[in-house]
Amino acid sequence: MLPPPIAIRVATEWLAARARWQPLEVGFWIVAFAAIWLFPDRHLILTEIAWLGLFALSLDLILGYAGIISLGHAAFFGLGAYTAALLAKYEIINEPVLALLVAGLAAMALGFVTSFLVLRGSDLTRLMVTLGVALLLRELANRLGWLTGGADGLQGVSIKPVLGMFRFDMFGHTGYAYSLIVLFILFLIARRLVNSPFGLSLLSVKGNPLRASAIGISVDGRLIAIYTVAAGFAGIAGALLAQTTSFASLEVFSFDRSADLLLVLIIGGAGYLYGGLIGAIIFKFMQDYLSALTPQYWPFWIGLVLVVIVMVGRDRITSWTAPFRRIASHLNWRALARHVAASSSERR
Amino acid sequence: MAVALETINLVKRFSGIVASNNVSLQIAKGARHALIGPNGAGKTTLINLLTGVQRPTGGRILLDGEDITSLSTHERVRLGIVRTFQINQLFNDLTPLETIGLAVSERRGQGLDWWRIVGSRPDLVAEVVEILERFHLADVIDKRTAVLPYGKQRLLEIALAIACRPRVLLLDEPAAGVPEDERHEILAAVAALPADVTVLLIEHDMDIVFSFADRISVLVNGALFVEGSPEEVARDPRVKAVYLGEEVADA
Repeated sequence: MLPPPIAIRVATEWLAARARWQPLEVGFWIVAFAAIWLFPDRHLILTEIAWLGLFALSLDLILGYAGIISLGHAAFFGLGAYTAALLAKYEIINEPVLALLVAGLAAMALGFVTSFLVLRGSDLTRLMVTLGVALLLRELANRLGWLTGGADGLQGVSIKPVLGMFRFDMFGHTGYAYSLIVLFILFLIARRLVNSPFGLSLLSVKGNPLRASAIGISVDGRLIAIYTVAAGFAGIAGALLAQTTSFASLEVFSFDRSADLLLVLIIGGAGYLYGGLIGAIIFKFMQDYLSALTPQYWPFWIGLVLVVIVMVGRDRITSWTAPFRRIASHLNWRALARHVAASSSERR
Repeated sequence: MAVALETINLVKRFSGIVASNNVSLQIAKGARHALIGPNGAGKTTLINLLTGVQRPTGGRILLDGEDITSLSTHERVRLGIVRTFQINQLFNDLTPLETIGLAVSERRGQGLDWWRIVGSRPDLVAEVVEILERFHLADVIDKRTAVLPYGKQRLLEIALAIACRPRVLLLDEPAAGVPEDERHEILAAVAALPADVTVLLIEHDMDIVFSFADRISVLVNGALFVEGSPEEVARDPRVKAVYLGEEVADA
């Protein structure tokens, strides 16, 4: 017995609405791209925001969508950064976009291997395991001084023009456009992914792994998959840093970097993709502004912000932006779908 | 008699305690089989063994004659052994539409599809809506599961299992905790389950058991105690003794 067509139409509309572009989103990207021409003197910090946003997007994929918390996401970021820097320094791959892809693949490989460590255990276990992996890699890079330059960092890296045409400049003009385009493409992929059946299954694994496996979902398989993908995103973010600064140092693996990243995502809110990007904008501008006022007090202010967000937000990692997002999402498609639903029930 | 699900000398020990003791159970294809027994008889352990949540200490489990003892939970679900839970295990942040959509797309093997948007397959949506309407959830398809009335959540619990298209359905106290006035809706849904689905019902409520089952197994202290038709079990003095004994002990 088939349900009435109108019921199917309403259901289809509801499901499609989950993935529909909202006006605020479109506005966000228009402003981001307009910044290429509007704020040429801010391109250096905007470049930093772009790769930090991508890095935070990567963490959002595992934390916001699959519930895996990490204090060692810099492991993948760092591997990507060193891969890109080494490829350029030894002129193995000269074209930056290609090197970016290789760096991403290297980070994915590391993500796949280490994903088996985060399958079991509590949040605390995962925090410690991920932290440990990042520390291990940092020490490894330190010991392999002949390759990585050790504590001095990798000097003498020169990055060739993007696609052989666009040369990196000291004002960050090319760097910003390049980073933003990479961020946008990876964002589109992430957006598809979270709105797909696979993305829905991640939410189910995060929400109730017991039931997820009881409806035929391989919980471990899904966690391995998303952890691997997210590692690739983080590796590309690291590669962007290395390429836009022509430098990689041990600091890319540092604990501070992983911890700051968690902070960025908490500031923006996890689980709706834009949290990492918004968090990166707020974090970087706040850092820029506050450390210009009083450099030594920057950690004080960021600590204060963290405490306020967590106390006000009550629910640890859900976002303080939720009310705004709810308003935003009511602006268009929900109203539309309600309208369709209402008119259909009248007709019955 | 064609057998859908069978256990052979199934044993489960937890550090000295025998939770399942040589259980050899046969469930016929299309049966409405009930599993009863006093508290602590090992009903939950048996369900966990059948669904692969726990591994048996000894013995084998066969589905349509195939040994599935070593398969994991999700692999058994793909083969058609699906359960519901006595205490709701739902996805609180998802809507019923998303929940059933998820189960149907997983059953169709599209769970790893990361490019297509959920709901872009019309035949899938049609099936999802059909299931939601059958379980009286059409009016709440876009409410978060967490805010649904308890009776609706109970229906969703069963609908979610049905969306996996089970060959053998393990129903763990489907009406547990449902208020009296919503109870009939759950029981009607259970009674209306497709006839070709084999059902094993775990239940405390004897009214439900005797109105639903065509065969009853009684589990006591982890072992199969009595098995027979409802009439036989109702007449059996040993069963009465077990239940009366329990009531005396409770009082």
